[in-house]
Amino acid sequence: MGARAFEGLKVADFSWVGVGPITTKYLADHGATVVRVESTTRPDVLRLLPPFKGGKPGLNRSQFFANYNTNKLSLSLNLGVPEGREVARRLVMWADVVAESFTPGTMAAWGLDYEAISKIKPDIIMISTCQQGQTGPHARFGGFGQLAAALGGYYEVTGWPDREPAGPYGAYTDFICPPFALAALVAALDYRRRTGRGQYLDLSQLECGLQFLGPALLDYAVNGRIATRAGNRDPYACPHGAFPCAGEDRWVAVAVTSDREWRALCQVLGRPEWAEDPRFATFLGRRRHEDLLEGLIGEATRSWDPFDLMAALQAAGVPAGVVQRCSDLHRDPQLKHRGHWVTLDHCEMGPTVYDGIPFRLSETPGQLERAAPCLGEHTEFVLRELLGYTDEEVAELAAAGALE
Amino acid sequence: MDESLLGPYRVLDLTDERGWVCGRILADLGADVIKVEPPGGDPGRRIGPFYGDVPHPDRSLYFWAFNLNKRGITLNLETEDGRGLFRRLAALSDFVVESFDPGYLDGLGLGFGELSRLNPRLILVSISAFGQDGPYAHYRATDIVGMAMGGMMAISGDPDRPPVRVSVPQAWLHAGAQAAAGAMVAHYYRQAAGRGQHVDVSMQQAVIWTLMNETPFPLPDFYGFDLTRAGGRRRTGRLTIRQIYPCRDGYVCLLILGGGPGAAFIRGLLALLEEAGVAPDWFREVDWENWDLATPRRYPTAQEELEALEAVVADFCRQKTKAELYEAALKYGILLAPVNTVADLFENPQLAARGFWVEVDHPELGTRVTYPGPFVQGNLNPVRIRRRPPLVGEHNEEVYGGLLGLSRADLAQLRAAGAI
Repeated sequence: MGARAFEGLKVADFSWVGVGPITTKYLADHGATVVRVESTTRPDVLRLLPPFKGGKPGLNRSQFFANYNTNKLSLSLNLGVPEGREVARRLVMWADVVAESFTPGTMAAWGLDYEAISKIKPDIIMISTCQQGQTGPHARFGGFGQLAAALGGYYEVTGWPDREPAGPYGAYTDFICPPFALAALVAALDYRRRTGRGQYLDLSQLECGLQFLGPALLDYAVNGRIATRAGNRDPYACPHGAFPCAGEDRWVAVAVTSDREWRALCQVLGRPEWAEDPRFATFLGRRRHEDLLEGLIGEATRSWDPFDLMAALQAAGVPAGVVQRCSDLHRDPQLKHRGHWVTLDHCEMGPTVYDGIPFRLSETPGQLERAAPCLGEHTEFVLRELLGYTDEEVAELAAAGALE
Repeated sequence: MDESLLGPYRVLDLTDERGWVCGRILADLGADVIKVEPPGGDPGRRIGPFYGDVPHPDRSLYFWAFNLNKRGITLNLETEDGRGLFRRLAALSDFVVESFDPGYLDGLGLGFGELSRLNPRLILVSISAFGQDGPYAHYRATDIVGMAMGGMMAISGDPDRPPVRVSVPQAWLHAGAQAAAGAMVAHYYRQAAGRGQHVDVSMQQAVIWTLMNETPFPLPDFYGFDLTRAGGRRRTGRLTIRQIYPCRDGYVCLLILGGGPGAAFIRGLLALLEEAGVAPDWFREVDWENWDLATPRRYPTAQEELEALEAVVADFCRQKTKAELYEAALKYGILLAPVNTVADLFENPQLAARGFWVEVDHPELGTRVTYPGPFVQGNLNPVRIRRRPPLVGEHNEEVYGGLLGLSRADLAQLRAAGAI
């Protein structure tokens, strides 16, 4: 095993659900020691949501949870009792970074907000992430990323203009925020190295999520235009869309960005006469007849195997890609080449497939070494080995109900 | 001392729209990001919308959105003089970010091997559609191809129509953000080891990381089937749950979860329906506290029970506006949010209260423009908006003069030679 970028970095991770755990996953996958503080009475919501191994629910059977928590240690801690909060403070003293994603005010009620912990550990770096930030009239609005995706404008701009919004799938902004959060955390660590100063980061998932709507927000700010859903139409490419292929619900996405690509598309589909048709010769012509064109292309693509069509179009220089389902992704030769899928042996689920690290680093590639932890799997290890509790003290904590 | 988080570091940003976000994130955190554009400007400057709908390389809002906080120079990598200048700049930089087709920089003698010989601390970040090598490495991709190949389209859109992408392009933005994360992992290691490395980012993998809990579904030891698109509904396990509800002036998103995590929210929803007097009698017979989505209490199947509940909610929502429903959601703690338009966002009281929007001067247009503000806030203001996006070649003199010590006469010659 090669060098690990975050070797020696210590993270007290009070976060749960999506953004927080995905952010600390980068640290864990690159060598940091990340302790997830969990509760048996209020477990991470993702432990309760599918997909479950074998379709059978259970706190240690959700791959939704597991996928975001590789290489982490799980400490089961009851922050509702003073003994539990004392362990949390000791964990903070041990840590370089504290992460949390509760509804604003929760950490303060436990005496674990930045103001409190920076008194006992002045150079701590702490990140809080919640739906809408720590301040403001809607700060305490609890929720999941689906709501932030709605608030943040993404649903309005996904789907067909004559229909209700239809996506994007899932808690979309949950997957915009983590790389931003990671960049800010590492920048804060660098700042601490240079200056000795810690800091507090307040990441609103709404504000961070809006970063990917920049052009539409500016278009409204300066031109007064309100973006809405446009199916698959594109202002600069035509034809542009998903076209049906052989098989049930199989599609290939095609983007024709030049006249050359248009002629190449006609050749591949065996319709050279379209390339001669003056209606379609220019971008503006194709745009004017886009409905007709989409119908014609759809008839021509219908007999193609989607992967064959993608390969043929790519060979002719036309941007094209199969609308891949997850079952396709698990067979995708490029992802295989990238080592995207990694099998790890989980304490209860056994060997299970995880998504790999989203980028490749030449010297410190990072590694998925350990599956996600079972709830509380490392409680004793963390208390004894990392925080220096004696066996008697651990027993006392357990007796006080602090380890639930 | 008021130094920014990444104040000491310099980034050469060679990207077009496929990689802009990476440099934008580093610039927001305080790095000196120099956009290196071909003479005439980054081709991405031709992407609209434009300020006042007038197409011009210095008026592209698409460019503005992701190049705020950067400086800009022109440099022609296709000339030997241009490459010479680039080598000198790379020797003085901490990061180079690029989004060319894989192999392009190698072909110019500016690949990672070459650059790290010149500057062993340098981190090279390469953003591409599928990665630098592998069977699809040379496939051509645009946003829609990335959303398709990364699995997002298959689960977005209405079931009776083709799968859809997000109408505001997203795929390259995910790649750019992952690139910034990868760059910072490499940066942290460099501080310990003294060496840079090559960060190779695949847009396809970046999109896969947006699929939430979807990827394990088809595996035989999970469910053995793929999730499919369900329009304004979402699929979870074997149920599909309405998520988008029409209301008087648009739509709201409302989540019915049930079970442990959902009990508090369903209680809020029921309180609201009771207060409005629209809760049907059977509502009172259900033990909602212990109600979960999988076990019907009133109807033969979970799906039917869910739909009966949804019908009541849908009728209620249709009578109200987005704002009324959101207000009720805040009051009762319901998992409901308005499907906001960009116009709604500019009126959003929470964003206003947090000072999210930032006015940026564009003196050459005689105007100030409202930009979306920092992606993260904090006690030391980790993100600062310091300068508007660069005009084409705006900082040529500043950078070539200040960093490389070139005179105006040198610059004039280089310009004549087509190098800048």
